[in-house]
Amino acid sequence: MAELQSLLNGFAIALTWYNILLMFIGITLGVLIGVLPGLGGANGIAILLPLTFTMSPTSAIIMLSCIYWGALFGGAITSILFNIPGEPWSVATTFDGYPMAQQGRAGEALTAAFTGSFVGALVAVVMITFLAPMVARFALQFGPPEYFAVYLLAFCSFVGMSKGSPWKTIAAMMLGFALAAVGMDTVTGQLRLTFGSMELMRGFDFLIAVIGLFGIGEILLTMEEGLEFKGKKAKISARVVLDTWKQMPRFWATSIRSCLIGCWMGITPGGATPASFMSYGVARQISKNGKNFGKGEMEGVVAPETAAHAAGTSALLPMLALGIPGSPTAAVLLGGLLIWGLQPGPLLFVEQPDFVWGLIASMYLGNIVGLIVVLTTVPFFAAILRVPFSIIAPVIIVVCAIGAYTVNNAMLDVWLMMLFGVVGYVFKKLDYPMAPMVLALVLGDRAEDSFRQSMLMSQGSVTILWSNWLVGSITAVALALLFWPLWQAIVGRRRRAVAGQA
Amino acid sequence: MVDPNGTGLPPEGSQGHACAPDHDPDRERVGAAPATQPAVTTATMEIVVAGLFLLFGVGVMYDSYRIGARWAIDGPQSGYFPFYIGALICLSSSVLLVQGVRQRMRVSNRGTFVQRGPLSDVLKVLIPAVGYVLGIQLIGVYVASAVYIALFMVFIGRFHALRSTLVGVGVAAFTFVLFELWFRIPLPKGFLERAAGF
Repeated sequence: MAELQSLLNGFAIALTWYNILLMFIGITLGVLIGVLPGLGGANGIAILLPLTFTMSPTSAIIMLSCIYWGALFGGAITSILFNIPGEPWSVATTFDGYPMAQQGRAGEALTAAFTGSFVGALVAVVMITFLAPMVARFALQFGPPEYFAVYLLAFCSFVGMSKGSPWKTIAAMMLGFALAAVGMDTVTGQLRLTFGSMELMRGFDFLIAVIGLFGIGEILLTMEEGLEFKGKKAKISARVVLDTWKQMPRFWATSIRSCLIGCWMGITPGGATPASFMSYGVARQISKNGKNFGKGEMEGVVAPETAAHAAGTSALLPMLALGIPGSPTAAVLLGGLLIWGLQPGPLLFVEQPDFVWGLIASMYLGNIVGLIVVLTTVPFFAAILRVPFSIIAPVIIVVCAIGAYTVNNAMLDVWLMMLFGVVGYVFKKLDYPMAPMVLALVLGDRAEDSFRQSMLMSQGSVTILWSNWLVGSITAVALALLFWPLWQAIVGRRRRAVAGQA
Repeated sequence: MVDPNGTGLPPEGSQGHACAPDHDPDRERVGAAPATQPAVTTATMEIVVAGLFLLFGVGVMYDSYRIGARWAIDGPQSGYFPFYIGALICLSSSVLLVQGVRQRMRVSNRGTFVQRGPLSDVLKVLIPAVGYVLGIQLIGVYVASAVYIALFMVFIGRFHALRSTLVGVGVAAFTFVLFELWFRIPLPKGFLERAAGF
């Protein structure tokens, strides 16, 4: 049980008054970000990242990951009280959460959501504690071809699991890769895709893209939808919490299912949003109260929230163990590691055990702190949502602009942020997925490096991706996922043709 | 009232449903309020975006080819990887372009990308925001933020001028304290801050 020993060590590192203070600050900021439209986990952390440059990496990641937990919690508040999902992963929470609030059971719905979230996160953290070191140890034997195969798998699974057009997923993803290639080639020193611009030599920073795509884009969308925040009042008393907790054990089966769905979707880059929908759908089909779903069934709140948190948390597993983030927010955290001078990947467990185990320990503590903070401060955050959008919108744009500027102290970045904002608005409306684009932008250089190294090893032959059973099986799974939509289309067409003849 | 997809066939690809889920062209003609008229249809926008992607892909391929996308003595050249990225962009955007054109040709499929009223709402946010970024460049972030927030509140939120000014100046002052004094991260400044000695 070397992991338990390491974990205890991690608690010793995470449990300082300073770090606990940072946890509270992080969670509070995170809930605020989750509640406000236009600010979410990914761009919120991207904006706050420069503020952590002066901290020690461990304290910085504790605060930033707590912002992430806070944002995960915060999405539920707007969904239940205002029927407006503050985050994409809390869309499914509105289905039953808002009806409950309309029936005057907002307190119960919120408690159920927060508790479900907490359980989901906890299960995912336990899984990370024991699985991540194993995965990292296994990945230590990876060479460049294996790494490229894993990257391939990550990106192909976006294509295979996308709900929309696979072509759009490919186009958006390749845009990310192309933008990642802009600037100086690290191997040959040649300038690529700069078209003579000195400013572009630095390349595109993905933090700018994240702030623009998710921040400005979201504000534009919110403005178009003309949202008015007319919500239900919420009071959470200790009695409501205890009463709800007494009912919660009934949903043990749903909780376990949701945790499994969430953990799986989080490790593979499916992400929290599809996990929450899938979990809601499965719960509706299996539960004996299934027909009441959508009318204010508590189980319908527990299922998506548990899965979303399990997925959001377990997205950090591949980031820690392999250096491959499972979600845009995990990608931003990974960007933070690089800025603090840490090399994410399996070696991190060997070289920086204090950092890794401090972070894992802080996940346990952060979620406990999170549960306490959200249960006690809901009325305050609900009040913030009553601030008119015409005050919130310009303030968020100011925050985004400053955040974009501080990444590199460059004015060009602020302009690029606006451009990415418009791109984000159009992409969102046309159903181009943004997560693969952001991940490609983050991982582009490293995917290219591993590809080049593999090609050097094999003297330019692609067959190196099948050269042993390990890399061969990863590549095979990747290609299967890549061609999955095509296969489905063929089967679907054939079935329709048969139906047409009959 | 005719179902806009009266053929009973699912929409092309699966993009249709997410953009304009339940837009009914008939209701629009009856209502005839200019604000709900489509400013741009989804199909047009699909074509425009796919076309831009195609141009971008060609640009990536061209530049990669220019710096060398082949195999040199010491391994792959700089343009090797981006060249294929560009090729994939061209491939996927060509498919999307064809799908978009086919969608546009069908008379029955007229999803709205954005209606006129909402479009003007979006521009009401976008244009001042662009002006704000220009303002940061010219007069520094603090003054620009205060002016931007105050004007936005007055003209779009219809707030009282005094309240708007207070919020604008308050946010700017808070930012100043946070960045310049507390975290010591310098932000772009203009003549006003310089006159005050920062």
